[in-house]
Amino acid sequence: MTASDQRAAGRLALPRYSSAAGVHPPLDCPGYKSSRLRAPSQPLVPMPQRLTEITGPLFGAERVTAGDADLTTGRGGEPLGERIIVSGRVLDSDGRPVPDTLIEIWQANASGRYAHKVDDHPAPLDPNFTGAGRCVTDSLGRYRFLTIKPGAYPWRNHFNAWRPAHIHFSLFGRAFTQRLVTQMYFPADPLFPLDPIFNSIPDPAARARLISALDMELTQPDWALGYRWDIVLRGRTATVFETEGK
Amino acid sequence: MSEGITPSQTVGPFLAIGLPWADGPFVVPPGTPDSIVIEGRVLDGDGQPVPDALVETWQADPDGRFDHPDDPRGRAVAQGGFRGFGRSATNPSGNYQIVTLRPGPLPCPDGGTEAPHLDVSVFARGLLDRVVTRIYFADEAQANAADPVLASITDPARRATLIAAEAGDAAAGDAGAGDAGRTAGDGTCGRFRFDIRLQGELETVFFDA
Ligand SMILES: [Fe+2]
Repeated sequence: MTASDQRAAGRLALPRYSSAAGVHPPLDCPGYKSSRLRAPSQPLVPMPQRLTEITGPLFGAERVTAGDADLTTGRGGEPLGERIIVSGRVLDSDGRPVPDTLIEIWQANASGRYAHKVDDHPAPLDPNFTGAGRCVTDSLGRYRFLTIKPGAYPWRNHFNAWRPAHIHFSLFGRAFTQRLVTQMYFPADPLFPLDPIFNSIPDPAARARLISALDMELTQPDWALGYRWDIVLRGRTATVFETEGK
Repeated sequence: MSEGITPSQTVGPFLAIGLPWADGPFVVPPGTPDSIVIEGRVLDGDGQPVPDALVETWQADPDGRFDHPDDPRGRAVAQGGFRGFGRSATNPSGNYQIVTLRPGPLPCPDGGTEAPHLDVSVFARGLLDRVVTRIYFADEAQANAADPVLASITDPARRATLIAAEAGDAAAGDAGAGDAGRTAGDGTCGRFRFDIRLQGELETVFFDA
């Protein structure tokens, strides 16, 4: 039956987004202290995807101004640290690019300090670095930021706890079900085995997908190292008809 | 297929650097006629406020339509600056606020009707993935009774965690959450209270969509 037949029959044909089962960290993670009072104790209730879940806000260029993807300028002077290019594609799990979608990032400065009043790590703030950026993917799902390599930083999860260097990423995709907030890491960080947040992802292969790769094609000579990182959102399967067998 | 999907990580304690928007709580512009305020607190397993959470909402417009190409009924044209999406960081008292219009009911793919609702994502330090819930309205008892998502929750006490209560006009909003409600202007015609309990007694129902 075609989509127009379905409409004629008065039924709604909706796309469906694939399951992310086994990919995301379980909410309950004893090694991550902050989860103890915040992770729900009841199991999640399965909810079929309907109209609200297969739609979502389509934020794009109107949320971004030209300089937003460059975290190294616009604050008066140049921030300290190692200038880097972070670039890649946003795809869905069927390999389709996700074009024209808003990406928001935030990160610590080169010393491992966030420009946030709650961060009391005794490392220097950088008056020329706020650590926030935005961009929109192009028609092929590509994005690009110019920033400073963030430093590792201590946190109070356990004695002598340090987070591997990372950049926080937030993505909308094209539907409520595709919304993703995550963190990008850097290759071969010796802190990986010690970090309960990174290791909260049960599947080592999924964990590895959060690690960017040094890319000499992206690297600009005499200017900045390039790190490539692709982001994969839940795929959209062919339209399914709820009235047919499940 | 979950193959290749990028895993989630927590927003951490510093989401305020990157995520809040000045216009985030305003699903409709301040002063929009018939707008409502939805507000409440995010609470942890000890009942303590969560001051570093982000609450996001997504909803249909008052006609039950979406400004989105995948709505098989056709894409609605956004009216009067209606964005469908709200985003509010919690304040030090754990309060969030959204200014919006009441969504309309929605047809289900397999027949039936969903009661007016908002989909909600909550992000916070301590949450390794967002948690997803729904806001329904206490004054839609008849529609709520026919809603398939509410019907899937058999325990009435748990189901009740998804219903926003009508709040007295003067009562809420002045408890510290502040900003959105006060600047929403004369257009507001109703306040609803929806607390989000991440854990423990009366824990909010969270969904896997
Ligand atoms: Fe961080």
